Amino acid sequence: MRLDLRPRSRRSPLLAALSPVLAFAGAVFIGGIAVALLGVSPAAAFLTYFVTPLSEVWSLQEVALKAAPLALIATGLAFCYRANLWNIGAEGQFVVGGLAGGWVGVATHGSEGFTLWILPLMLLVGTLAGVAYAMIPALLKVRLGVSEILTSLMLVYVAELLLDYMARGPLRDPAGYNFPQSVAFDGAARLPYLAEGETLHAGVLIAFGAVALATLVLTRTLFGFAVRVVGASPRAARFAGFSDARMTFAAFAISGGAAGLAGIAEVAGRIGQLQPTISPGYGFTAIIVAFLGRLSPPGILVAALVIALTTIGGEAAQIDLKLPLDLTRAFQGLLLGLVLGADVLARFHVRLVPGGPASPRA
Amino acid sequence: MSLDIVQMVLVTVVSAATPLIIAAMGELVAERAGVLNLGVEGMMVLGAAVGFAVAVETGSTLLGAVGGAGAGLALSALFGLLTVGLAANQVASGLALTIMGLGLSGLAGASYVGLKREPAPHLHIPVLSDLPGVGRLLFGADAFVYVALALVAGVSWFLWRTRAGLTLRAIGDDHTATHALGLPVRKVRFLAVLFGGACAGLAGAYLSLAYTPFWAPAMTAGRGWIALALVVFASWRPLRVAAGALLFGGTTVLQLHAQAAGLGLPGQALSALPYIATILALVLLSLGRRQGGSLAPAALGRDFTPHR
Amino acid sequence: MRSITGALIGALILSLGPARAEDKLKVGFVYVGPVADYGYSFQHDESRKALVAALPGKVETTFLENVPEADSERAIEKLARSGMGLIFTTSFGFMEPTLKVARKFPKVRFEHATGYKRAANVSTYSARFYEGRYVCGKIAGKLSKSGTVGYIASFPIPEVVSGINAFMLGAQSVNPNLKLKIVWVNTWFDPGKEAEAAKALLAQGADILTQHTDSAAPLQEAEKQGRLAFGQSSDQYRFAPKAQLTSIVDDWSHYVVAEAKAALDGTWKSQDTWQGIKDGMVVLAPFTNMPDDVKALAEETKAGIVAGRIHPFRGPVTKQDGTVAVKDGEIAPDPMILGMNWYVKGIDDTLPQ
Repeated sequence: MRLDLRPRSRRSPLLAALSPVLAFAGAVFIGGIAVALLGVSPAAAFLTYFVTPLSEVWSLQEVALKAAPLALIATGLAFCYRANLWNIGAEGQFVVGGLAGGWVGVATHGSEGFTLWILPLMLLVGTLAGVAYAMIPALLKVRLGVSEILTSLMLVYVAELLLDYMARGPLRDPAGYNFPQSVAFDGAARLPYLAEGETLHAGVLIAFGAVALATLVLTRTLFGFAVRVVGASPRAARFAGFSDARMTFAAFAISGGAAGLAGIAEVAGRIGQLQPTISPGYGFTAIIVAFLGRLSPPGILVAALVIALTTIGGEAAQIDLKLPLDLTRAFQGLLLGLVLGADVLARFHVRLVPGGPASPRA
Repeated sequence: MSLDIVQMVLVTVVSAATPLIIAAMGELVAERAGVLNLGVEGMMVLGAAVGFAVAVETGSTLLGAVGGAGAGLALSALFGLLTVGLAANQVASGLALTIMGLGLSGLAGASYVGLKREPAPHLHIPVLSDLPGVGRLLFGADAFVYVALALVAGVSWFLWRTRAGLTLRAIGDDHTATHALGLPVRKVRFLAVLFGGACAGLAGAYLSLAYTPFWAPAMTAGRGWIALALVVFASWRPLRVAAGALLFGGTTVLQLHAQAAGLGLPGQALSALPYIATILALVLLSLGRRQGGSLAPAALGRDFTPHR
Repeated sequence: MRSITGALIGALILSLGPARAEDKLKVGFVYVGPVADYGYSFQHDESRKALVAALPGKVETTFLENVPEADSERAIEKLARSGMGLIFTTSFGFMEPTLKVARKFPKVRFEHATGYKRAANVSTYSARFYEGRYVCGKIAGKLSKSGTVGYIASFPIPEVVSGINAFMLGAQSVNPNLKLKIVWVNTWFDPGKEAEAAKALLAQGADILTQHTDSAAPLQEAEKQGRLAFGQSSDQYRFAPKAQLTSIVDDWSHYVVAEAKAALDGTWKSQDTWQGIKDGMVVLAPFTNMPDDVKALAEETKAGIVAGRIHPFRGPVTKQDGTVAVKDGEIAPDPMILGMNWYVKGIDDTLPQ
């Protein structure tokens, strides 16, 4: 027996829409069995994971807050991945963006008088830092032909250790008993809340605005066209006036900038100070989100919301049903695997054929 | 420093390098076949949990090691099915595998927390193991260390001295051409992925059975990622992987020894060293052979479907 | 249509939700690590279990584990919204998020471990770990044959630094020439790295190890090489029955139970609690693997601390650079201990800044 994959002449739109639903159903089914084995009603678990978080204003805000950085980073990454450039170091670009932008927040702590410039400067510095950090793998790739997959991944750890060092050392709050965190930012260095007493802050608007902008760039501009065709045909992109080098720099700049912006939005929004870790793995999760969303901004938005939902549902399940966190993680992994696998249905005609290896048609 | 301290340091370096060598050797074979599996950390941590659980249940370290390797293999089979069988993206699938491995290991290990086992036995040959200065280093290690050495030799021999190894490397360099020649591209890749998974699982089992003989959640603490870096650092060559692992393990261990001896250095800078070293190695390698192009298997990370 | 689905969902949630029990106090816990770490988070979870056992039928507990600092605000707020009346946030990094959520939920009481910022509905609590370390120092001073003790340290925060100082002062009180070798591993939990640090210290002549990291790996290493060691956070005797001398156990249960009782009878108020051996927040595991006279000395030191006769930082305490930190006869004030960022004289190491 072997699996025979025959590419479809064009993606089947029906199956493309249906396959994630099937994958989701499959993951829920397997997850349900696991939950039942742990002695919890699968129906109750389903409600807690996927329905309850959508039924309260507060948890809806939390879903949006969690989804915003994921969608923003993943949209940036989509530019890279469409152009066959494998930036997997968004986590590092996120951290560097948060660190550099946060540094501004620390340095301007206690400023008086006109302070409206502080927040925009933080966002700008964070974004630019993300761009600059992404330029390292881009430069190494263009000038020296070094694999960007590996350099961007290695730079993640360097960024994390740099933040750890800065938060424990030079940027530590001098009045904070040597504890590893910076001063809490002033109000002028924080992203404002959208409504008093709520958790949603302006960073979410920035993130979703950036996703909308990226959609426009991707679908309506020559550069967007070049990005879309370069994966399939590098020559077509060159005809459109984008050399490999230019494309590499542009795609890395966009993804690095998006990750850096997401980083500083998280620091100036939710966290409000610098601390040794600022990301629960957003940069890596965003890679999965990018693929779940099939590298298109609307798809990415949906994927980010689903991932955010499972995370928040997982917390509810810990509280209400005493289901272990590890179960949520295993379920997330399973869901992602199934969605990635099910995509094959949209791209190929799949058949199980008896017999040995496929004979070459050359 | 006396001879004994030198030996002691070297023994520590070797045991720190062992899990890196085992895991990296598996990943090297998978990458040589053209498959990039970023799920090493996930397979490793599951191997640690299952390996410890099996060893406790059966009372046998050997069965534990086999169980750990089996767990890594099972998880990698899933990865192989997705990426080789269904042509799913390797980067995303590998990351999904890591999340899943962390979750599953927590579930599998939950009832084994707080238990301890005797560490895996060390070789003892009368006279030889007691030789001053070198006895413990050469003749007094545990079985995992010798397995790691055997893996290095075996993988080198396989990749460069056998027909199957040549096929595997050819497939990693150009799947379209090798497929046209009638070579079983997907079968070879799937087997290479399985080998990588078994090695990662075994490396995890080493941690929970020999290195620090107990199970604790996330006890791999990033060693899977270091193993990934190592393969690249070593430019996909087994002997260099071993050398690199000794260097990586050595940096950490020597840093700790230096501190114990009263020479301090900022911890974060030293922890960042392996990653920076890897980037520098990549740069130097490509500078060294500007004409020859990259050393990486040319088809690394690209999905393949027959009939393309 | 939408309203019907909404009503249906609402009905389902209500029917599936836990039974309404307004008289019960719901208590939530937020842990930074896994409850299975057999160390810091494990000990906090033990206090949760003790609470359930101490006030049966009166409390209902729940916890969230492995909560990253960057994500903790949501986790804490989720607990506050789930009807908790009392919430324990057990890691230093949860300080600002705890205060932020507390402002939104003035009726919910919060308990933040190891922090220093309070509010009307936020108490802080921590343990005087240094008292336990002083006792350990005396034991090590007596037992070390090589005169060198190895110390595996995590991060140079005051809690760790004051522990090192207390240990050294205890050791010097019985052996003025004792040498302390300190290795910073920059992690709270990495069994492999902790084991490597232990090996390094043992290779360089230390015959007793102590640690301010969470795994049992250093103890096991000491056991393997026939040396001695102190446990950390929980009683780790089972990991090293031939090596563990004692262990500095964090026992939060008395405090947690007392606070829950206060919340139940309406006497809860915001305060700062810093308790040690006397109140049972710092517990020393049974003294093992040592001769009777050393055991007697350890017991006597412990009793002295409980009675207030002995204080680890009773003057004269001299800093590494020779300046006097605490004058003869005086006792270091709490703020000095809480912000300690210097070594006492005799420690041959530079404090990472």
